[in-house]
Amino acid sequence: MTVPFKRIALAIATLGVLAAFGFWTAPAIAQTGPLRIEITEGVIEPMPFAAPTFVAESDATADAAQDITRVIGADLRGTGLFREIPSSAFISTITNFASPVQFNDWQAINAQALITGSVSQNASGQLVVQFRLFDVFSQQQLGEGLQFVGAPDSWRRMAHNVADEVYERLTGESGYFDTRVAFISESGPKNARLKRLAIMDYDGANVQYLTDSRSLVLAPRFSPDGSQLLYTSYESGEPRVYLMDIASVTRRPLEAISAGNMTFAPRWSPDGGRVVFSEEQGGNTDIFMLDLGSGARTQLTQAPSIETAPSFSPDGLQIVFESDRSGNQQIYVMSANGGEARRVSSGSGRYGTPVWSPRGDLIAFTNQNQGRFHIGVMRTDGTEERLLTASFLDEGPSWAPNGRVVMFTRETAGTDGAPALYSVDITGRNLQRVATPGMASDPSWSPLQN
Amino acid sequence: MSSLLRISSRVALVVAVLALAACGQGRMGAGDTTNLNGNGMAGAMDPSSPAYFNQTVGDRVLFAVDQSTLAPEGRATLDGQAQWLLTNGEYAALIEGHADEQGTREYNLALGARRAAAVQEYLISRGVPANRLRTISYGKERPLEICSDETCYRQNRRAVSVISVGAGV
Repeated sequence: MTVPFKRIALAIATLGVLAAFGFWTAPAIAQTGPLRIEITEGVIEPMPFAAPTFVAESDATADAAQDITRVIGADLRGTGLFREIPSSAFISTITNFASPVQFNDWQAINAQALITGSVSQNASGQLVVQFRLFDVFSQQQLGEGLQFVGAPDSWRRMAHNVADEVYERLTGESGYFDTRVAFISESGPKNARLKRLAIMDYDGANVQYLTDSRSLVLAPRFSPDGSQLLYTSYESGEPRVYLMDIASVTRRPLEAISAGNMTFAPRWSPDGGRVVFSEEQGGNTDIFMLDLGSGARTQLTQAPSIETAPSFSPDGLQIVFESDRSGNQQIYVMSANGGEARRVSSGSGRYGTPVWSPRGDLIAFTNQNQGRFHIGVMRTDGTEERLLTASFLDEGPSWAPNGRVVMFTRETAGTDGAPALYSVDITGRNLQRVATPGMASDPSWSPLQN
Repeated sequence: MSSLLRISSRVALVVAVLALAACGQGRMGAGDTTNLNGNGMAGAMDPSSPAYFNQTVGDRVLFAVDQSTLAPEGRATLDGQAQWLLTNGEYAALIEGHADEQGTREYNLALGARRAAAVQEYLISRGVPANRLRTISYGKERPLEICSDETCYRQNRRAVSVISVGAGV
């Protein structure tokens, strides 16, 4: 698969390349300035930033310059950590990417961060996006300028990449904008739902349907490299785990399963070499592992209770899962080889769908208590539990690749009840509905694309 | 005091009407599985018809919240199902296990499988050959009733025996 575009640090790009575009600027002073948001502290006041429309270097790139600037602003605003100053408040505009910034004009409108950029087209018709980030009050550039080059139709990804860079420089965390979400698109009345496997950019753009609505499909999971999905489908007549290659939209059953048995709730190992999932045999559900290379199959739990929703730790050594062995659903952690499990959930109600954070520090889960559902996070030993949401039905968290935000399904009550995707950050702030073309459920957040 | 009484009797009336409505819709729901028979009441009068199985024997059993244990009335229905299946040897049953919406998707799939298996085991214990019984779980994916309270939930926590022609499945 070809990389749709490449990124080049402006400061280290060859002189020839820069000269060819007529942009010569002094190499930026790489620094980590005082301008920094500490996400873990729970931000009360979003950081104000200005992102004047990127300079279009030709008429042909005018639309792209507008669109790219708009998407960058939306990405940053959507985190809840940043507040965009409207262009109507601007004192000066940026008409030349290379000109010195008039910091006083941006200080006067209290912009703490300033993002400037330009959009041009190179000789082979590719879009060239350059940007710089400034700390307005210290009058310093933050990090080096960067240049992205790609096909014109990859402008959204280039915008997300600029926003990811800005986010990373201002928070110290990697971003999550150049990502996709696999989900189940739903239509029809509640007692005759049609479900399709779908994929989109994290912000709801570029929706693509991967299956038709003839077969019930559930709960897709991105492979660690973002190229494949595991999901559950009834297309054979019985629920089975399937594996789909996203680029070619080809699918196959993960493995042959005895008639009458059900396989579901799959997840990848962090290296993509193994799949852990549930299989039901004669009414009893346990957890199994399949080695994709050798086809070897291992049974990890052996109990008369329901064991399901397994999820690997990012080091691949442990698996968190849910079980009702105590009498109701609770969360347990065991070695990735199976064996003794220790219970980690200890609060009120039932606990399900645990998912290990990609950073390794937290487990996200669904909690059901007194007729309400919550998405929550806890440390991997079960301590410091925090419930982030509350509603009639919230379930199935999926982590953003930076481990700071989770996306989940929220379903409303009643005969007109409908599912939608929401995201919330791990402090419980910034609950947002995720744009989808219609009803949607079971989100799986991709890794950052390369 | 008297007004309180009046209110509570009105509430009781409303509950009764709701229960009837739910019951009626449940019967209509059962109608989806009578397509083999095709001629409505005439078919339902024929004791060897799938329509008779669905409507007179009873094609479903209900479960308590988060349970897969068969209640006495469920066992009575299944005794009738076993007898019918033994009498009508050309039919097989696909037992669908379902859950209400109050639960996570994966857990409800597993719970639906437990319910279907409980019915399958009971029918086998009553002499129905295992090769005429198959199970599938739909978890909370196929609710029959769509309100979000117990009147609907209790109808959705079900295992339905769907009859088809074919001794071995």
